[in-house]
Amino acid sequence: MLTKRIIPCLDVKEGRTVKGVNFENIRDAGDPVELGSFYAQQGADELVFLDITATNEKRKTLRELVSRVARHINIPFTVGGGISSVEDVVALLQNGADKISVNTSAFKSPQLINELAKEFGSQCVVLAIDTRQEADGNWYVYLNGGRVKTEADCFRWAKEGVDRGAGEILLTSMNHDGTKKGFAVDITLQLASLSVPVIASGGGGTMEHFTDVFRQGKADAALAASIFHYKEIGIPALKQYLQQQGIVVRWESNENFIC
Amino acid sequence: MNIVIIKYNAGNVQSVLYALERMGIAATVTDDHEKIRSADKVIFPGVGEASTAMQYLRERKLDQVLKDLHRPVLGICLGMQLMCAYSEENNTACIGIFEEKVRHFSAAHADVGQPAGEEPLKVPQIGWNNIFHLKTPLFRGVHENSYIYLVHSYYAALGEHTIATAHYGLDFSAALHKENFYGVQFHPEKSAAAGAQVIRNFIELVPAI
Repeated sequence: MLTKRIIPCLDVKEGRTVKGVNFENIRDAGDPVELGSFYAQQGADELVFLDITATNEKRKTLRELVSRVARHINIPFTVGGGISSVEDVVALLQNGADKISVNTSAFKSPQLINELAKEFGSQCVVLAIDTRQEADGNWYVYLNGGRVKTEADCFRWAKEGVDRGAGEILLTSMNHDGTKKGFAVDITLQLASLSVPVIASGGGGTMEHFTDVFRQGKADAALAASIFHYKEIGIPALKQYLQQQGIVVRWESNENFIC
Repeated sequence: MNIVIIKYNAGNVQSVLYALERMGIAATVTDDHEKIRSADKVIFPGVGEASTAMQYLRERKLDQVLKDLHRPVLGICLGMQLMCAYSEENNTACIGIFEEKVRHFSAAHADVGQPAGEEPLKVPQIGWNNIFHLKTPLFRGVHENSYIYLVHSYYAALGEHTIATAHYGLDFSAALHKENFYGVQFHPEKSAAAGAQVIRNFIELVPAI
């Protein structure tokens, strides 16, 4: 049976893993290569690497670092941050990325999603959306790492992205990100009606939060950063817990391979 | 040992190269006919679309080179599908090593019908699923129901060449084997320890005929 996925995320700035609260107050969380290989060994189902300075400072993702991480992990590897062309993606795939995620550049030129899906296949293209629920109750799309608000509705943009060829949606709720008060179950559930998998991100703080976002939010995968980086929750413990809750995860307690 | 990875327009070979590198194995990426023919083991990866890939292979006569190989060949994902007879993906005639046909999940799911009370399955299938009914030395040391990583919208039906089965709405071939040809629908290079074992088995155990 297809499992629910647990995905640690490395937000990388100037070669270091960092993490903020509500997209601000960023602090250091360690070496991305060490963290990446640690998570792979711990049973993470995928690894996401976001160069969070890329869009803002108009830099290209740190390709050399991507390559170093990729060499050390035997699980799927998604890289995002500042990707705006087919050439950017070619360079990342050549450095060992398996998928790429696009955000601001795709919103500004939606045709980019079509081009990338045609060139590399939908399975390679993750549409990342940062969204915030405003006082009017609606979820708006934000750009540039959460700094620029748009008038676009989150669900409609996600749907357009899928129609254009995105193979997965990485949904981050800015209201929840870094708060450790739980994922945004409602908007995740809305997007779960789309035909592609949805990765819920932002707010995971306890193991119960993961149960909630899988069961009530119908997320296909859940992404978290700080709780894993600061070892508040271990991936093996989380997977064991989810399995006990009846959620199907890749967890083999008696793994007997020759590693 | 001389390991060759076939270079063509539908493969992200870097992940395969890194997986081999982690095992201390060097490989050559090439589309040179002679180098492919003289390899001890050939890996035929693939991520992409079937008709475009087949056209590319035919233009370079790589389809015939592959079919005529006598040394062990491992097709991965689209590589495995292209080794089948036919793919529903843009109605493509493929290399035809395996007689199994490649179908789209949605069409097949519609045929099978959706179990009551369950959500419609998403296509592509993306993520970790378990494999069972494992046969041949390719799966030695890999236990039944091991989890492997898959990303695909099309699948090879079960057939006489099936050596591993997985389930997504219906049972399908997670791996195929005929003579010196092996194919896996999953990505062993991205399937943690179980995947590494499959690659190691292909390199070390699968006999050169």
